[in-house]
Amino acid sequence: MDYKALNLIGSSSPHIRTRDGAGHIMGEVLIALVLPLAFGVYNFGPRALAAAAVSVAGCCAFELLCRLLLHKNNTLGDLSAAVTGLLIAMVSPVTTPYWILLTGDFFAIVVVKQLFGGVGKNFLNPALAARAFMLSWAGEMTTWVGPRTSVPLLGVIDAETFPTPMSYLHGNDLSGLMKVTDLPKMFVGLVGGSMGEVSAMLLLLGGLFLLWRKVITWYIPVSYIGTVAALTFLFPRGNDPLQWMLCNLLGGGLMLGAIFMATDYVTSPVSHLGQAIFGVGCGLITVFIRYFGSYNEGVCYAILIMNLTVWLIDKNIKPRRFGVTRERRPSRRSGRAKKEAVRK
Amino acid sequence: MAQAFFGGIHPNDQKDLTNKKPIETLPPPARVVIPMSLHIGAPCTPCVSVGDEVMVGQKVGDAPAFVSAPVHASISGRVSAVEPRIHFSGVPVMSVVIENDFNETLYWGLSPASDPDSLTPEQLSALIREAGVVGMGGATFPTHVKISSGLGKVDTVIVNASECEPCITSDHRVLLEHPDEVLGGVKLLARIFGVDRVHIAIEQNKANAAGMLKLKIEEEKAPAVVDVLPTRYPQGAEKQLCQSVTGRQVPPGALPAAIGCAVFNVVTTMAIYNAVYHGKPVTHRVVTVSGSGVNEPKNLLCPIGTPIADLLDACGGVKQETFKILMGGPMMGHAQFDMAAPIGKGTNAILAFAAKEERTVEYPACIRCGKCISVCPMHLQPVFLYQYEAAGMLPELEAAHVMDCIECGVCSYICPGRLHLVQAFRAGKQKLSNAKAAAKAAADAAKAAEEKEKEG
Repeated sequence: MDYKALNLIGSSSPHIRTRDGAGHIMGEVLIALVLPLAFGVYNFGPRALAAAAVSVAGCCAFELLCRLLLHKNNTLGDLSAAVTGLLIAMVSPVTTPYWILLTGDFFAIVVVKQLFGGVGKNFLNPALAARAFMLSWAGEMTTWVGPRTSVPLLGVIDAETFPTPMSYLHGNDLSGLMKVTDLPKMFVGLVGGSMGEVSAMLLLLGGLFLLWRKVITWYIPVSYIGTVAALTFLFPRGNDPLQWMLCNLLGGGLMLGAIFMATDYVTSPVSHLGQAIFGVGCGLITVFIRYFGSYNEGVCYAILIMNLTVWLIDKNIKPRRFGVTRERRPSRRSGRAKKEAVRK
Repeated sequence: MAQAFFGGIHPNDQKDLTNKKPIETLPPPARVVIPMSLHIGAPCTPCVSVGDEVMVGQKVGDAPAFVSAPVHASISGRVSAVEPRIHFSGVPVMSVVIENDFNETLYWGLSPASDPDSLTPEQLSALIREAGVVGMGGATFPTHVKISSGLGKVDTVIVNASECEPCITSDHRVLLEHPDEVLGGVKLLARIFGVDRVHIAIEQNKANAAGMLKLKIEEEKAPAVVDVLPTRYPQGAEKQLCQSVTGRQVPPGALPAAIGCAVFNVVTTMAIYNAVYHGKPVTHRVVTVSGSGVNEPKNLLCPIGTPIADLLDACGGVKQETFKILMGGPMMGHAQFDMAAPIGKGTNAILAFAAKEERTVEYPACIRCGKCISVCPMHLQPVFLYQYEAAGMLPELEAAHVMDCIECGVCSYICPGRLHLVQAFRAGKQKLSNAKAAAKAAADAAKAAEEKEKEG
């Protein structure tokens, strides 16, 4: 046989790679978000679906435009823009005008992501940064409707705002909350809130799916939710610590934030210990804002603030070097001296 | 018993292509090309010249250096050329080319050691060197060096039968078909190092070989124990294997002897036995020819120095859409571009790929998922090493221990962003050693100038 006729590649090892690329991973995140979104549609009517579609399309369009203008390769295939678009819709109330969603899409994709170099380079979670930005329209972004309300597909919604569980909790009114709803309802998601955050049950199911597919590790969700649970149980406001704790876990955006936002690869630490520290930090800030802030909800800002500490965590949490026991590890000073020596 | 090393991956091993196929003997090749460098260390100098008649097992090259091993003729015939020829490393290497006379005449000087059981470890080590035995798992480190540097320090001898790379079954077939030779080598190793049992480390996916070995060991009361390890790449990497068997970790930059371990590949163990009891040097080895591009995957016994083309021809050639031909496994093997390159002592497989194995993309992009960190068996953080290398930050690269990287490839395998991580680390290591060499040269020059000034 003539082997010279073959078109052979000569490249560095390894020569096989896993099937799962970035697109697969983001695709699995989208799959995990399908059920919580479906519940949003069930709870708030078809406008939730329309909002999600507009936001996903907006993010993809901005991503495509940006890459074209910057003369870079098309990155729609990694699906990260689609995930960002879906998450922006899910953290917004169903009454959000479409143009505000598109503004958020622009901020997330162009300002937060592409201006810093595109996928993998942003230091803030794009969807949460967009939500923080969209809160400039405070009125529109805090107009909530009650559960099982069908909102018209088009037009401005002039609804009276409906109190969400978080507004009761912020007013330390646990008994008031328990008068309008109960824990099982909150767990299933029959309460007011953002389109994608209401159903703790389906968000947890999505989280289990991501854990099973090894898309995320358990360190961030468990340390985050665990910290919030511990703090709210130890410092309850009301006479039933357990009920207070569960309402805090189920009532707001904690599940969505802890499972889908804080676990964003790009803006969370890479080491497992670092991830646990990150989760605890998110939990502390969330409870701090909920207890002492003037704003009902603390998840968004807690995660954004912890995003800013990721570089510090990553710089300081290093794995133990192979073959070196703790005693034999060289001191900081000698490491630095060696660095200097190499530099010279 | 077995303890886990950190990280690792579990790729589709594709061993079922060849693991039930008995070893076949390759039809005698018309010519072989014996490179003077079939091992790590000083290359040999040819000791035959054009026109000489050589016989199977006759020495054709040797070197006086300690870290080296002689090379032998693997067929009988006439030396037609002594010149640089293409080598599997990709560059031409001085080689002895032998035209086959198809007589397979054995060299008259080959004879078993008289009374091998009375030889001292040093004498055995010298015999092993003369037979050209090197690490035949792929690293090709001269075995006599490993033995003599380990004498007195080693308390755990491990025979590496884990064969963790996908597609390769040559060690597995050798174990199944030549267990007596392997056990003979095991007994010799036990005697050389004075240990009462040698650990034979084998992955779970070769349960039939493990079971058979256990029976044989019991029957013969051999000084050995079979450690069945989980199937996980890179189980067979020397440092990870030591950790799996003993729980000890080799310190950075050190050899396994530093923690009292010595690791020998199965085929090396068999070669030790053949060298001592039959006087046979390393002239042949079993090579798995497999992969999605090969028409009839096989395990072939072939003379060392046979061109790759002869092996592929014996397996019905390769498919037209083959895009890569490898020497060695898919994780650490070398891509070959010239099928005239000969197989060496460490060649355990020739693989041809024609399906979707490669999965590289035009624009790799890191998404910071950290999967590379969770699979690195050397506890490194490939994601940061890659950034340092890309930015040319050499001090940071060194401080992040890039030199510890064993280039096993698990980080590149798992990377969803399809980064060329291992390639970057190889480049980074090279840059670091170049920088060090340059710094040393500059320091030497400065010193010389200073001394000259003093004298003047």
